[in-house]
Amino acid sequence: MNWFRDWMMPMQASEHAAKVDNLYMFIFWLTMAFFVSICYLTVAFAWKYKRKKEGVLTINFQHNLALELAWSIIPLILVIGVFFWGFNDYAAASVAPNDSLEIHVTGKKWSWTFEYPDGTRSIRSLHVPVNKPIRLILTSEDVLHAFFIPVLRTKTDIIPGRYVDINFTATVPGKHQVFCAEYCGKDHSGMMADLFVDSPEKYAEWLEKGDEELYKMKPADLGKMVWEMKGCNSCHTVDGKKGEGPSFKGLFGRTEKFTDGSTIVVDENYIRESILNPQAKVVAGFEPVMPTFQGLLREIEIKGVIAYIKELK
Amino acid sequence: MADTLTTPKAQTHVEHHDVDYLHDGSLLSWLTTVDHKKLGVMYLWSILFMFFLGGVFALLVRLELFAPGHTIMDAEQYNKAFTLHGAIMVFLFIIPSIPAALGNFVLPIMLGAKDVAFPRLNLASFWIYITGALIAVTAMVTGGVDTGWTFYTPYSTTTDGSVALMTFAAFVLGFSSILTGLNFIATVHKLRAPGMGWFKMPLFIWGIYSTAIIQVLATPVLAITLLLLIMERAFGVGVFDPKLGGDPVLFQHFFWFYSHPAVYIMILPGMAIISEIVPAMSQKTFFGYKATAFSSVAIAIVSFVVWGHHMFTSGQSQLAGAIFSFLTFLVGIPSAIKVFNWITTMYKGSISLAAPMLYALMFLILFGIGGLTGIFLGAMSVDIHLHDTYFVVAHFHYVMMGSTVIAFLGGLHYWWPKMFGRMYNESAARVSAILIFIGFNTTFLPQFLMGSRGMPRRYYNYLPEFTFLHQVSTVGSWILGLGFLIMAGYLFASLRKKMDAPANPWHARTLEWQIPSPPITHNFHEVPVITTEPYDYYRPFEPSVKGHH
Repeated sequence: MNWFRDWMMPMQASEHAAKVDNLYMFIFWLTMAFFVSICYLTVAFAWKYKRKKEGVLTINFQHNLALELAWSIIPLILVIGVFFWGFNDYAAASVAPNDSLEIHVTGKKWSWTFEYPDGTRSIRSLHVPVNKPIRLILTSEDVLHAFFIPVLRTKTDIIPGRYVDINFTATVPGKHQVFCAEYCGKDHSGMMADLFVDSPEKYAEWLEKGDEELYKMKPADLGKMVWEMKGCNSCHTVDGKKGEGPSFKGLFGRTEKFTDGSTIVVDENYIRESILNPQAKVVAGFEPVMPTFQGLLREIEIKGVIAYIKELK
Repeated sequence: MADTLTTPKAQTHVEHHDVDYLHDGSLLSWLTTVDHKKLGVMYLWSILFMFFLGGVFALLVRLELFAPGHTIMDAEQYNKAFTLHGAIMVFLFIIPSIPAALGNFVLPIMLGAKDVAFPRLNLASFWIYITGALIAVTAMVTGGVDTGWTFYTPYSTTTDGSVALMTFAAFVLGFSSILTGLNFIATVHKLRAPGMGWFKMPLFIWGIYSTAIIQVLATPVLAITLLLLIMERAFGVGVFDPKLGGDPVLFQHFFWFYSHPAVYIMILPGMAIISEIVPAMSQKTFFGYKATAFSSVAIAIVSFVVWGHHMFTSGQSQLAGAIFSFLTFLVGIPSAIKVFNWITTMYKGSISLAAPMLYALMFLILFGIGGLTGIFLGAMSVDIHLHDTYFVVAHFHYVMMGSTVIAFLGGLHYWWPKMFGRMYNESAARVSAILIFIGFNTTFLPQFLMGSRGMPRRYYNYLPEFTFLHQVSTVGSWILGLGFLIMAGYLFASLRKKMDAPANPWHARTLEWQIPSPPITHNFHEVPVITTEPYDYYRPFEPSVKGHH
């Protein structure tokens, strides 16, 4: 009967999905047996005892202890069984294995953002390696949302100001659908994402290259995102105020004087060098405290930061 | 009414207390009446109008979903349409439908009383209901509401539109519900006819009584919750919005603490009607009277401790979820017992398949589906997948519409001759009932499949793979609409006829069938004395009511 299950349910992309489907199908056949009995008796009695003439007296049948006990106790035992079955699978799925890969998910009207342990960020597409336990840590920036992955049979409401989690181990590589399942306003039905279950190599390659969204963004917008995400903003302001480091405002094309007395007109190469080897030239009046970002930024992100600084006239 | 003295009936019955209630009094005296029958009839027309309004929104929602993307309205209009459909159907139609309309009319007569315990309070309930309805309509035309009927925070405290006004309407309507419940509890305790012990009451009374207990105990919690919501929206008092230091999940606990019992406020009266129709139309003693009576009370009590099953994915603790799941399965057992009792009552009966019984048979099948699909949703691991999908939408429509509304229609057809003194066209009624049955299943069966396949609810747009099932569902809604159109036709047509209904068209034995159709203003000439059981169809009929005919 697998074809029948597959007709009713989405693909099974985890072991948990298979467990859920087993219980689903058990309940289906159990309730179907009751339903067919109810229908049969209802229709059969209505047919067989259809009124033939008016004004007849009928039998006085008000109690049958055995019958009444049977139809109270048997369903009770069955539903208690279903309760334990459902609870066990639920409890098992809610415990995260110790070696889980943790990915942060943020819901916001009406998109999803994913943050990976190495700082990579992606929008509307979640990449995970196949057969690796994943723990999603989710929160919302505005109203309630819900993160729903049908092929994994998992879902959780997402609440502003609180973290909730989902654990899963995806076993089927490919692209799967993610929905927002808690009503959140105008574009609720458009608040979707793709789950990419990749081979370990493909996942590593993707992390290296970064999310394809990065390549679609305006370079200056990407630069602004890097400035926020990588913590540049804690030392470099964009409004001209002095921080731990020089402000980005009006930086491009300015003549900077360094601690060794030399000067330079700020250009692309100077900015690139300052990011990758910050101690090479330290602007006069500042401490040499900036760490290197060698290996922490992708080429496209460095270009983005340069574009962003150019925009801050 | 103006023609009172010109009708032949009025001329033959010169004494005031002999005039049937329909022809007793002017329009103004109707609007200020304390007669439970007139109030029942006024409630009936009010809720039927609301049912029509909610139905129009339902048809619009289904029409929009005929194809993915924009069909007849944009996303914001769609969100308002499904919110208004839900809010109108729940607060303005289903909750008052059976207790306030049919219950008001039938309950005092079934008990052998002249009226409810507090007739003036009853009038107050009606006008509070009308006030709430007017406020709700005002909210609809001044901005509308797009929160869903559940008003979940913090969406509801931050979105535009007339949310405060709409929740205030639900707040006001709650008082109408509380006062009606209070009135019924007092009436059942104090106004039973001599000889009518608790276990000689018709089962309809047990159902309405259990409902009244929930109305009185649960509705105040909704009132407080909605008041807090209004306070947060209007004055920034932080209760639910985390930005103000509140907790959005607290709102869900409060809301479902009322709204889950409210599900039983809706279904218990439906079950109560079926418990009248089945023995009367089968001419059979009720099988398991006490089990059915007590199961109503058991449902009323357990219904207070299962609210968390709406929140398995909400972030409540796993232990709480497990307890709620377990209790949810327990509350299913009394409902199952009732179904078995109704079916066994039909065994070896003399069953008439007139319209009320057709609705009762439809109820058994549709409630079977509605109840049994609840087992999928009670099982935690399965619910995580099905929660907030079309599976849930289909499940609660099978319970709310397939069961409560179908039972209401059964009750309407059962008591229509008593209320208005006229028989409707039986053939038209059967055609309409069958169309409603087919239309209902065509609309909602495909939704189970959509839901298990992962289609989330409250979606304006959807993936192309769901198109076919959505179209089947929409076509079903048209068949359903046609069924209701025919019903409106033959019911209105019956009111234009002269009075032709016999006192007891169904040969039933409860007290309302022992007085004329329609009843006289004071129901009974003499206080009836009860010596028999309500469903003793195994022996010749001994009327308890003296002085009529």
